[in-house]
Amino acid sequence: VTDQDTRLGYLKDMLTIRRFEEEAARAYAQGKIGGFLHLYIGQEDIAVASAAAIRKEDYVFASYRDHGIALALGMDPKAAMAELFGRHTGCARGFGGSMHFFDLANGFLGGWAIVGGHLPLAAGTAFKSKYVGEDRVTLCFFGEGATNIGGFHEGMSLAGLWKLPVVFICENNRYAMGTPMHRTSPLEDLTLKAQGYGMPGENFEAGDVEKVRDRVAAAVERARRGEGPSFIEIRTYRFRGHSISDPAKYRTAEELEEQKKRDPILALRSRLLEAGVAEEQLDDLEVEVDGIIDEAVRFAEESEPAREELLWTTVLAPPRQDEP
Amino acid sequence: MRQLRYREALNEGLAEEMERDDRVFLMGEEVGHYQGAYKVSQGLLERFGEMRVVDTPIAETGFAGVGVGAAMVGLRPVIEFMTWNFSFIAFDQIISNAAKVYQMSGGQVPCPVVFRGPTGAAKQVASQHSHSVDPFYTNIPGLIVCYASTPRDAKGLLKSAIRDDNPVIFLEGETLYNMKGEVPDEPELVPLGKARTVREGAGCTLIAWGRPLYTALEAADVLAREDGIECEVIDPRTLRPLDDAAILESVQKTHRCVVVHEHWPYGGPGAEIVDRVQHGAFDALDAPVLRVANLDVPMPYAAHLENLVLPTVGRIREAVRKVAYADR
Repeated sequence: VTDQDTRLGYLKDMLTIRRFEEEAARAYAQGKIGGFLHLYIGQEDIAVASAAAIRKEDYVFASYRDHGIALALGMDPKAAMAELFGRHTGCARGFGGSMHFFDLANGFLGGWAIVGGHLPLAAGTAFKSKYVGEDRVTLCFFGEGATNIGGFHEGMSLAGLWKLPVVFICENNRYAMGTPMHRTSPLEDLTLKAQGYGMPGENFEAGDVEKVRDRVAAAVERARRGEGPSFIEIRTYRFRGHSISDPAKYRTAEELEEQKKRDPILALRSRLLEAGVAEEQLDDLEVEVDGIIDEAVRFAEESEPAREELLWTTVLAPPRQDEP
Repeated sequence: MRQLRYREALNEGLAEEMERDDRVFLMGEEVGHYQGAYKVSQGLLERFGEMRVVDTPIAETGFAGVGVGAAMVGLRPVIEFMTWNFSFIAFDQIISNAAKVYQMSGGQVPCPVVFRGPTGAAKQVASQHSHSVDPFYTNIPGLIVCYASTPRDAKGLLKSAIRDDNPVIFLEGETLYNMKGEVPDEPELVPLGKARTVREGAGCTLIAWGRPLYTALEAADVLAREDGIECEVIDPRTLRPLDDAAILESVQKTHRCVVVHEHWPYGGPGAEIVDRVQHGAFDALDAPVLRVANLDVPMPYAAHLENLVLPTVGRIREAVRKVAYADR
């Protein structure tokens, strides 16, 4: 049973991601952000639900579409926006950019931008948990486009072989850049792949944050009990192009409109209204979130640029003080 | 001092570090039950157990990535490649992940992982198994690259590599594993980034590492005996970062320099050393800096052709005589 305050919290977190991404797109159009920018709009329920399914100390990996996941885990939107602006106050000191958010304090071990390359890393942090005998769990997010590359195969293979505490979450947003899945995969049901790695697989539609949370939580708890990894395919949809420069001409306007009817934010909003929450309260929430994101943009704009001296001091790490 | 084989010295270094720090573990193909393809890990499984001496499937991308991930959260993995030729399967994990994570996380996430294994030609293993990987990995900022040429350095450098907080590419000579040499009884750390003068001389600086170090030493003997040229032979031991000071100091003394390396001539640490010498000791040089490298062809199988491709005593002698203007 989810109480109303918790639901309002989910709505606020999803709205924060949505508004953050909208402002990022605007800043990009204004030339304030460079490089690539992969937006999470339409997929917010997955990040918020997954964050609600784990503990603060758990480890999380994401692909380059990482803003939403980082924010859901508790990254300060100011640090996130400052990173996009290439500022010293950014979550990676302006050295990572959009695709490489990091937030160790919240367990976020990075956005990784070579497709599938981070799945073995997630097996690695899960290996560490098993090695030291702790009950931490690792979550690893990636798109359906990653399910054909070697890193997917080898990361899943080792996780299955060693029964590592990791949950692989495939956010199937239908298009690997511009290519629909039926042109890249011989399988319609990606969970069939999980069998080959000796782990359970399941799939379901996104859209209902509480349902997503409960199903991710089941896999997380399974891993925490030492019963091994899981593969979860969550069928979702991105409302924007693959990246900011993609007009998404490979899909029809009708398809996009149809999908937008299943906007996870509208769905939760409707549920809250039905449950008797006043529309005014929800409007106030939106105003509050607008304020947070406006503040994040202001903070980013006013922050000092990434520091040149860190160019040299972050190539190699200095000796640590905690050496035995 | 007692004598150990190169593989025994590595084994001892690994065991000492695993004994000292329980975050250190060894992972790779055949490292456990098989006792290591080259027997470097002999006895470690029995001593440290399956959680710390971990056999893997043939999956370099997977287990290299596991090493990087585990290092990111505080363990100290030693990842063995059965040979460095197989590291190409894990290239992305080493270059895109291990070498990048510290800077791209804004300095939040160090990555103290050691990748180790044998490299170079190994007596007729043909083109796919004969790569010298030094040029590939020395090009990458964010990596430290070592090459141990002696049993003593194999042990001492490996211990330092394991204790370092950065990804270390640890290169071993596939044809050196059986070599015996002096290794102190007491644990010894050989510092990263420090060259060693193996032979002193004032006639020409010879820089070499790995198997070619011994070819260079042999050539130095011939040059001293036949040509009256005393070479100073320097083993960089760490190829990135390079010990420029030791190299330049020697060239200031000898005014001549020949770099001998078992990698192809196009780029790599061989060419890098030449560049550093020519701009760091330009005024001291009496001759252009020359290199003796692998011939610029894939490694052939036939023994006589393989010997032709690798640096030889004859080619080294010829290069040194040339920079000494011995034929004038």
